[in-house]
Amino acid sequence: MSLLEVERLSVAFPGHTAVREASFTIDAGETLALVGESGCGKSVTAFSVMRLLPPNARVVSGRILLHGEDILGRSEAAMRDVRGKQISLIQQEPMTSLNPVLSIGLQITEVIRRHERTSRVAARARAIELLDLVGIPDAARRIDDYPHNLSGGMRQRVMIAMAVACRPKLLIADEPTTALDVTTQAQVLDLIDDLRRRLGMAVLLITHDLGVVAQWADRIAVMYAGRIVEQAPIGTFFARPLHPYSRGLLGARVDVDADEHYSTSRLSEIPGSVVSAAGENGCSFAPRCPIVVSSCRAAPPPLVTEGERALACPRAQEAAA
Amino acid sequence: MTALLSVRDLHTRYAMGRQVVNAVDGVSFEVERGETVGLVGESGCGKSTLGKTVLRLVPSSEGRIELDGTDVTRLDDRSLAPHRRRMQMIFQDPFGSLNPRQTVRTLLGTALKVHGLGDARERTRQMQDIVGRVGLPPDALDRYPHEFSGGQRQRIGIARALILRPALIVCDEPVSALDVSIQAQVLNLLVDLKRDLGLSYLFISHDLSVVRYIADRVLVMYLGRIVESASHAVLWRDPRHPYTKALFASAPSTDPGHKRTGAAIKGEVSASLATGCRFHSRCPAATDRCRAEEPELRDLGNGHRAACHYA
Repeated sequence: MSLLEVERLSVAFPGHTAVREASFTIDAGETLALVGESGCGKSVTAFSVMRLLPPNARVVSGRILLHGEDILGRSEAAMRDVRGKQISLIQQEPMTSLNPVLSIGLQITEVIRRHERTSRVAARARAIELLDLVGIPDAARRIDDYPHNLSGGMRQRVMIAMAVACRPKLLIADEPTTALDVTTQAQVLDLIDDLRRRLGMAVLLITHDLGVVAQWADRIAVMYAGRIVEQAPIGTFFARPLHPYSRGLLGARVDVDADEHYSTSRLSEIPGSVVSAAGENGCSFAPRCPIVVSSCRAAPPPLVTEGERALACPRAQEAAA
Repeated sequence: MTALLSVRDLHTRYAMGRQVVNAVDGVSFEVERGETVGLVGESGCGKSTLGKTVLRLVPSSEGRIELDGTDVTRLDDRSLAPHRRRMQMIFQDPFGSLNPRQTVRTLLGTALKVHGLGDARERTRQMQDIVGRVGLPPDALDRYPHEFSGGQRQRIGIARALILRPALIVCDEPVSALDVSIQAQVLNLLVDLKRDLGLSYLFISHDLSVVRYIADRVLVMYLGRIVESASHAVLWRDPRHPYTKALFASAPSTDPGHKRTGAAIKGEVSASLATGCRFHSRCPAATDRCRAEEPELRDLGNGHRAACHYA
């Protein structure tokens, strides 16, 4: 049994369906990257798993199984025992996720004492250990600092310390390094990966950066306009992406190690924009797809699993051959 | 022939309370005609301030800016106007940099009017030409920014920069706010426009992969200074400054088999240190000399320069 199983999840906002029949699983200890462009539904998926959707959003259908138990059926009070204890979330902007008027030590001990019966003194000692674990130098002194005393990278480390305080089984990292510089990004992602191994957590890494996926994930799920269109282990995926959208994304990205220069080669583009997916009855990618045929526009192709790979395009195998 | 843009020992200082921040701290470089110069560095290194100082959108404290051989550093607004036409800017955020209450026609037409260019008919003709060149539909002129997607809005920003037929465009993170699939469209457009209109770019970005693709020459900036400069081919083959090496080592490749080599550097950019090399506190190879003596940008041959005692 997988740690987390999301089955045919659909989430709707008034007048707009953000997630459509998304299915994926995460095994204990692995990193699954959920990839897509802004507005594709990847963050909404993450918030659904945390049960932290905004009030105007509604889970229309589907199940979210944690250790086999559907957490969509849990009461709000019961959900509070899950958040921070079994599943934790870190977000893109650590400054807005931390409370500016509380010391970082207080914010970490709050999490510990919410889930465990611990004295203040013991919780504080644990908080210092955690700050040390996430690489904050001189933790015993920094514990009384406020968020504004810290740099962006250090704040994200504090968020990570809070997230792993109660040794969750799953860490959801929603664009954890998008607001950070590239040298800091590598440090923070290395830290998350190190903690994953040491604490035996699984990580759901939400990102739009394929470089981050290639370097730090085990498997990838690609989302487009609310649907998962392809899933594969990263080796397989980067060697041979199949879905036309995946292929377009990889083709359009300039790789830092590729010796591509404007003077000798042109970047391949995905024509149009995601706006065209609205009102499409069939495959959402059809208006931009280079291999589209009329049957693509009749009904959205289902995500078909074959071995380690899942694909929502009946024509992709043949076209990629 | 003189360079299109020549910058000599430029300084830009901001007062922050009683503190003075040297955002740009003695920078010199040239942009030749038809050249794209990439400017890379992390947030807070001064790259945007440098771009804005060059365009005289932010006042410089010291140094000299020459456009086409004319010193524009101290010109008053009236004398500066004809030079302003020659240098324009494309901003990062296509949402924040376009007035939501103005149609594309007003956004583009204002610049032409301010500079007294053409009559109404001629202005319309020019606007239609530019709108077509940046790949917007002909009816775009009478629409508002909110009616466009992010990528199309960036095309409006590009059209606005082009409408005065400039020679130099400072592109400040022009694709950073865009999705990957749209980035490629805009980068290709910038390449086409450069070729068709004979433009030169100062291309500012934190994204090494984008700069590697689009720049002919690259400047690496750290805490207000250029720490390395070289042609794009030389820089990627043979980076000399430890900061440049660290930047390259940190950038994630899309090849899962190509694991990052070398440990990422420790720490983060911090306020400038009193003495020595600005990078010494994070540098894996720092020595006593680095802590005492600030390295000058030295010529290493081949137009390759680096500010490191050991480069």
